[in-house]
Amino acid sequence: MRINPDKCVACGNCTYVCPMGAIYIDPVKQRATINDDECVECYTCFNGLSQEHLPPTLVRLVRKTFAAMRIRFDPEPDVCPTAAFEPNELTWPRVVRRAFSDPRVPHESTGVEGRGTEEVKTNDVTGRVKLGEAGLTIELGRPGVGVRFHEIQEMCWALAKANVAFEKKNPITSLMTDVPTGTLREDILNEKLMSAIVEIKVQADRIEEIINIVREVEKKISTVVAIGVGVRCDGDGEDHIVAPILEKLGYKLERAKTNIGLGRMLPVVAAPEKELVKA
Amino acid sequence: MTNTLHRFGDAESFRDDYVIFAIPTKGVKGQNTVPLLKRFFEIAVEFKPVNLGETRHGGALRPGRGMNPLAHWHRDNTPDFQAVIDGLTDPTTCAAVFDNKVAAEDFVKRVREEDFGLSVNISTSIDGAEQCCHHACIPRHSVGYSLGFEGKTEKLPNSQVMMLSTMCGHGMISHSLAKKMIDFVKENRRTPEEAAAVLTRFCSCGVFNPSRAKRILEDARTKTN
Repeated sequence: MRINPDKCVACGNCTYVCPMGAIYIDPVKQRATINDDECVECYTCFNGLSQEHLPPTLVRLVRKTFAAMRIRFDPEPDVCPTAAFEPNELTWPRVVRRAFSDPRVPHESTGVEGRGTEEVKTNDVTGRVKLGEAGLTIELGRPGVGVRFHEIQEMCWALAKANVAFEKKNPITSLMTDVPTGTLREDILNEKLMSAIVEIKVQADRIEEIINIVREVEKKISTVVAIGVGVRCDGDGEDHIVAPILEKLGYKLERAKTNIGLGRMLPVVAAPEKELVKA
Repeated sequence: MTNTLHRFGDAESFRDDYVIFAIPTKGVKGQNTVPLLKRFFEIAVEFKPVNLGETRHGGALRPGRGMNPLAHWHRDNTPDFQAVIDGLTDPTTCAAVFDNKVAAEDFVKRVREEDFGLSVNISTSIDGAEQCCHHACIPRHSVGYSLGFEGKTEKLPNSQVMMLSTMCGHGMISHSLAKKMIDFVKENRRTPEEAAAVLTRFCSCGVFNPSRAKRILEDARTKTN
């Protein structure tokens, strides 16, 4: 992403909307400026801000006049008055930033749509997680902290040593050069992302072991982690296997996504396939 | 993706937060699920949702690409549900957000009766989802628990900001903007409704709950977290 300096009026609205805090007003240039190293190419500034198309010179004059008189203009806080944001053409490896950070874009950089898979959201159709198993999603970087691939690799290495199976359709798995060791492509290791999800599946009796591994890695990396645990309920809709394990580990279970089991394999009809959008 | 799972708050704070979404199974080619998803949306509207949306095109309140400067004085914060329905062109996750248990329960019951064949999930407190299932006489099939946030949590802001920003699990609502909106409400520069509408526009898949946000902002006006 870039900010067109001919259009920017340094109103500062964009500095608040950047989830990574990567936008600031340069005191010398008097323009909004992006710290490219911290920017994750989520396009929140471009997509989330409403746009006006006001003449920059006029807006700067009005702002200067008001500032000189210590008058605070109080415009809407989610507007770029001059539509100054302009997307860059992203190339490898920077393109992976957007693939993992902008949810609007199904991408081809990893060959997989989204940051993760459907976990147990379609378990009623796929049967991916069976009774007595646990599908774990270990999300790094969320919320609002971000993560670099070398930190994700630390997590993958530790999990691989425990001989867990990485979810094949997960984008992180698709970026591994050596899946058995959890090693990622070297050319992306310093790229920063909004967040990424490592997905594995284990037997329920290994949950405590895996969570302890995750907690050890958390000490070595500079970001936050959110763990999700997907389980199959029994015929009565109850989970008497995994919830007690998690509660024993000290987790207070408050929120969940509940698949209510209405899905089934639908009939196939002729329909044109859509192409993936380039990230 | 886990874009509604890790909302910050305790079970009580989700009393007005029910995200119900339909999802076609990835990788199954040739299923024409778009009409089913549109129907899912249309039924949801009957139960008065507070938001509606899908990942590709956004929610019911969207940023403007050519905003009239007069909008600074008269901003239209009315959700446009029909735009969400009309804009759906590809199979993707479609979500409806409700701010009360009765609407959520009745919607789930109706969805069951319609028998779309799509996977349907409820994202809310564990008890809230169980009650929806009970009301519709269906046992839970699978559950995805959130274990919350850990690691370098010292990098996270206070609970009021977290409750607002994590309502977009894709991370499109920055902590800074959430804090700014709390400050705007404290300064009486914006009403909680107006501040919630600003945040809602940044959620790119329509799962943000403006009704819960309004309540959190109203609380934050007078209370510390």
